[in-house]
Amino acid sequence: MNLTLKIWRQKGPQDKGQMVEYKVTDISEHMSFLEMMDILNESLVAKDEEPIAFDHDCREGICGMCSLHINGEPHGPDRGITTCQLHMRMFKDGDTIYIEPWRAKAFPVIKDLIVDRMAFERIQQAGGYISVNTSGNTQDANAIPIPKKDADLSMDAAACIGCGACVASCKNSSAMLFVSAKVSQFALLPQGKVEAADRVRNMVKQMDEEGFGNCTNTGACEVECPKGISLENIARMNREYLKASII
Amino acid sequence: MTTLNSKVPQGPIKDKWTTYKENVNLVNPANKRNIDVIVVGTGLAGGSAAASLAELGYNVKAFAYQDSPRRAHSIAAQGGINAAKNYQNDGDSNYRLFYDTVKGGDYRSREANVFRLAEVSGAIIDQCVAQGVPFARDYGGLLDNRSFGGVLVSRTFYAKGQTGQQLLLGCYSAMNRQIARGKIEMFNRHEMLDVVKVDGKARGIIARDLITGEIERHSAHAVVIATGGYGNVYFLSTNAMGSNATAAWKIHKKGAYFANPCFTQIHPTCIPRSGDYQSKLTLMSESLRNDGRIWVPAKIEDAKAIQEGKLKPTQIAEENRDYYLERRYPAFGNLVPRDVASRAAKERCDAGYGVNATGEAVYLDFASAIARYGSEKAKVQGISNPSKEVITELGEAIIEAKYGNLFQMYEKIVDENPYKTPMMIYPATHYTMGGIWVDYNLMTTVPGLYCIGEANFSDHGANRLGASALMQGLADGYFVLPYTIGEYLADDIRTGKISTNSPEFDAAEKEIKDKLEFFVSNKGSHSVDYFHKKLGLVMWNKVGMARNEKGLKEAIKEIQDIREDFWKNVKVPGSLNEMNVELEKAGRVADFLELGELFAKDALERNESCGGHFREEYVTEDGEALRDDKNYAYVAAWEYTGKPSEAILHKEELEFKDIELKTRSYK
Repeated sequence: MNLTLKIWRQKGPQDKGQMVEYKVTDISEHMSFLEMMDILNESLVAKDEEPIAFDHDCREGICGMCSLHINGEPHGPDRGITTCQLHMRMFKDGDTIYIEPWRAKAFPVIKDLIVDRMAFERIQQAGGYISVNTSGNTQDANAIPIPKKDADLSMDAAACIGCGACVASCKNSSAMLFVSAKVSQFALLPQGKVEAADRVRNMVKQMDEEGFGNCTNTGACEVECPKGISLENIARMNREYLKASII
Repeated sequence: MTTLNSKVPQGPIKDKWTTYKENVNLVNPANKRNIDVIVVGTGLAGGSAAASLAELGYNVKAFAYQDSPRRAHSIAAQGGINAAKNYQNDGDSNYRLFYDTVKGGDYRSREANVFRLAEVSGAIIDQCVAQGVPFARDYGGLLDNRSFGGVLVSRTFYAKGQTGQQLLLGCYSAMNRQIARGKIEMFNRHEMLDVVKVDGKARGIIARDLITGEIERHSAHAVVIATGGYGNVYFLSTNAMGSNATAAWKIHKKGAYFANPCFTQIHPTCIPRSGDYQSKLTLMSESLRNDGRIWVPAKIEDAKAIQEGKLKPTQIAEENRDYYLERRYPAFGNLVPRDVASRAAKERCDAGYGVNATGEAVYLDFASAIARYGSEKAKVQGISNPSKEVITELGEAIIEAKYGNLFQMYEKIVDENPYKTPMMIYPATHYTMGGIWVDYNLMTTVPGLYCIGEANFSDHGANRLGASALMQGLADGYFVLPYTIGEYLADDIRTGKISTNSPEFDAAEKEIKDKLEFFVSNKGSHSVDYFHKKLGLVMWNKVGMARNEKGLKEAIKEIQDIREDFWKNVKVPGSLNEMNVELEKAGRVADFLELGELFAKDALERNESCGGHFREEYVTEDGEALRDDKNYAYVAAWEYTGKPSEAILHKEELEFKDIELKTRSYK
């Protein structure tokens, strides 16, 4: 198939960006979206032009590096996938595709389609851990049975890949789904309960300082999340936060 | 010339590590505050090492080329992590894990290292649970296990099909705690381009800030390389697009010996390639072989019809299917080790029985597992005389709970529903057992330079068993290196800060700047990927699943030619002082072009078949790998002397005192 691409180009963080039009031809429906981008980039290199910078790494939907806003949707027009898992069979011959970086105040553009997600790092550093040192003498892994239901729910929350699609999809650029996933993972486990109050307070405080918006329960984040992280995590975080504020 | 001294402690194998720990030099907590350690790479090995060293009190500088440590490719490991916990009461023990690993590695690993790995495996699970890693549990709330290839027990712990992700997030959270305390200084989007030696010791690195393009000097008392394997030398592999061998290759050129480069794992269950545009291959976890049965049509005419799209797999009757692994290896069946399974798939496809248009695919079928689970569940639910539909529905729900994310991944890529029709799979490059040579302390042949995780060579011999990579990465980082590095650093408590204003740093920086300058100013005609793809094709065709003398000699010549062409005709757009993805790739491919040649040279030198290294000249009558213990029971450690073709071979003879050397059989 032949396609018209309108892609955000921006030289550096301080430069002004703009949409630039490109054409690609003979694209196979079995290609992944990023392989289509590879072909475009190869053609740009052949013409001595600078290729389009975009984040990607594992190309199997788990590293969370890829981050394209395609036709107005984070990770494009399919559900439960990242951009690298999007295939060209989702498009048809003659389509015009708009490709932009994540748009959020807390995610400034570094170059072209690459954004700076360090805000997520700082939120994790504020409390996204259990304070246990490495030791060959922690108690046996089976010493505390954990109900399967809790372990499964914790795993569902922990499946977050930190890509930032939730922020990009939110009209308020809120990071509540991301933060609540981490808070929930630990809050559901006995090991995480000890520091639960401090954790939720510190992570929420950092989230607010980074300039993310508030949650207004729109639910776009849950729809666009490649890992199906549930809005229930936000409700759980709110409960945890309330509990921590009362104590 | 350095002599190879593995520094394995004396004494019975069961006591070596304990005795070592009791006698190792320690650095007192006040002195640790004055000692800096650089850790390059933040996957399971690097991440766990960085966190543990920082907890001990060392000042750690950690480097990752991604925008966060959490994105290292360990995250893509699916199936699980082994540990000799014996929670299933099925006869597991440290010795059995040790034995399985040495045997699975086809007797080409160092016994003492492997025993230590088995010994600390249990503590890894304890540590991860304490960190909040949500492993799968059974209804009683205790940890669940599954089986992996090459073993007869269930010792694999897992978190759905995302075990690597969860373990890495565990390390990452431990790192975050230390970053917040200021004990780890994290350098994201930075790439190490060389190691700096002062007075023969590793004292720092040169790195490039991938956002600004700035070349930076970083000093430390010791440097730890944890940058993973070199599978991307094949261009197509299951590695991440950015996975590269630059750090490992650069330290090799500075004096670290490179061991057994030809020991590479071709994983049997990957999604087959579909076209020339393909950028990478995707793994389907080995855990699927717990429930999936591998087959091809028994009749060649059925295979032809399938290749031409005239027949569907579900139309082939049971008696016309060849479950070739169950046929050839009745004892282990579909759970034979990876090298054996990959070769068996290649054998059937080469004979014309492949099942997709390219003829390079076999089926992985879940129909019988769905029926079995469905009937069981119906019985548990008290449904009498359940219909076929009910059984299928119940069975599919159980398969979904176990492997849902893998099935979804498959369906998105191939556009077929694997619940209804068998998956198509084919072997692909996945892991490299070879790597930088290290002694028992995990130190390379350069003093103060360590290498851990997949980047080193030590524990997996010629073939790695499933779910052992995660175990080794975390063992090295959490429980081995934090002890062994103290032995070396104990002598550095009075050294003080290492200056970066020295002739050694000047020279290393200049060399790098010159090379980068060359890339952006070369008026070449072809992109970096053009050369990488050419190299990959040579590697796959002549240094892939099956190798022979003629092919290897041709490969060496062809790689030299590609390399020469690369240095004349490579084209890198853009400039130095900015984010420049093509420039990053150019440096990596330049190193792969040298490593590929050493790889082929090593394969040519090893006149035997063992594990992932299969030489067509050395096979038994029934087509199995024929090892030569008399002449090749050694580690081949290569010393760089200016060109890959002139590398000097050093041999570490392998001693098998606790395990009898015998022919590996899974029949």
